[in-house]
Amino acid sequence: MPALVVDPWVRWDWVAEHADVILAALAQHVELTAIAVGAGLVISLPAGVLATRVRAARGPVLGGAGVLYTIPSLALFAFFVPLTGLSVLTAEIGLVAYTLLILTRNVVVGLEGVPAEVEDAATGMGFRSFHRLIAVELPLALPVIVAGVRIAVVTTIGLVTVTAVIGAGGLGQLILDGLTRQFRTPLVVGGVLSVALAVVADLGLAILQRRLTPWSRAA
Amino acid sequence: MSFLARVAGWFLDPAHWQGSNGVPTRLEEHVLMSLAATAAAAAVALPVGVWLGHTGRGGLWAINVSNVGRAIPSFALLVLLLLVLGLGAAPAFVTLLALAIPPMVTNAYVGIRGVDRGLVDAARGLGMPDHLVLLRVELPNAVPVLMAGVRTAGVQVVATATLAALVAWGGLGRYIVDGLSQLDYVQVFAGAVLVAALAGATELTLAALQRALTPAGLRRSRRASRPRRGRDRPAGAETAR
Repeated sequence: MPALVVDPWVRWDWVAEHADVILAALAQHVELTAIAVGAGLVISLPAGVLATRVRAARGPVLGGAGVLYTIPSLALFAFFVPLTGLSVLTAEIGLVAYTLLILTRNVVVGLEGVPAEVEDAATGMGFRSFHRLIAVELPLALPVIVAGVRIAVVTTIGLVTVTAVIGAGGLGQLILDGLTRQFRTPLVVGGVLSVALAVVADLGLAILQRRLTPWSRAA
Repeated sequence: MSFLARVAGWFLDPAHWQGSNGVPTRLEEHVLMSLAATAAAAAVALPVGVWLGHTGRGGLWAINVSNVGRAIPSFALLVLLLLVLGLGAAPAFVTLLALAIPPMVTNAYVGIRGVDRGLVDAARGLGMPDHLVLLRVELPNAVPVLMAGVRTAGVQVVATATLAALVAWGGLGRYIVDGLSQLDYVQVFAGAVLVAALAGATELTLAALQRALTPAGLRRSRRASRPRRGRDRPAGAETAR
């Protein structure tokens, strides 16, 4: 690999010339992550509620999500390539599947952590099942659910770097370009930006977590 | 011929079961790399985590190290290490090592810290020397949590070793990566089946190992006193699975 050795780590002139490409990749990365976690929440919230309300559903819901989580990301993407091609859809199916275990488990744990006395008090005050869920249980479960979102976001940012392999773009595309052309700069830029994005997202969500649940700060 | 029939045909083709790109060779590469990385990581991480737990020092560090570890995308790390170490097994090994150490440190620490303080105090009260408190009281009681960390790390290592094919190393990921670049989706799917099966087998094997290593008395009391609610850990302790 002689090219990799002589080439400097970062050629800033290339970065300046390709700022639009880099920013587009970054935006795409954020978009892929946001869609995956958003869709994951839309599935996980009802699934988690179901698992806590219906005893028989608990095992299959958490077990099913656990099986999906065990399958390595690249394999999960690869399973859907024959069906949905090299596309963003393929990437999102795999990414959403990954968020399910993290999110569903936290919804379940969060809801189960609501003290029985609080539930009884709410029922005694005339809250019906659904209203009680929305007004009492979910707000109390929020810290645990947001903690799950935080882990899901950070994990998904890491996985999105891999989705470039199936043509979905994102910062992984810069890494792949660097690899195929044996040109260090896009490789370093893509790698560093994806790590930075994960760290920033983690910190940002940690702050959001504190803001959303001011009552848990005292404890 | 339907797609799945062609995948079955791929598996039945004897050409795919021999030579340097045959399934046995790729499987062996994958398993040996994963074993070596997990074992090396355990040799570093478990003593550190156990010691921190025993002395009660560096708790915040021991718990946060796995959060930081999770924030680093393994593909990015793999590629950055490729730049430093060159193509081949070295970047893959170091990536897997870096991936496996944090959950093991965290779980070893949490496992030792979580041992009933009453037991430890009783052992000390009986005059047990410090190293025996660690070996005979704390370690056996910490095995379930400690091994949960090994299990999490092992499964992640097997999964991530698939990515090593992207930096020109072998393993079962080769079929997926080569298949994608040749647009040979049968090979891609066959590779995915192999990788998923290996990950599942790893999970089951490590779960069995976790059970086998858990002292019998602990297993029984666990079952008897298993709480009905809040059985699962919140995902803040995701690595303590």
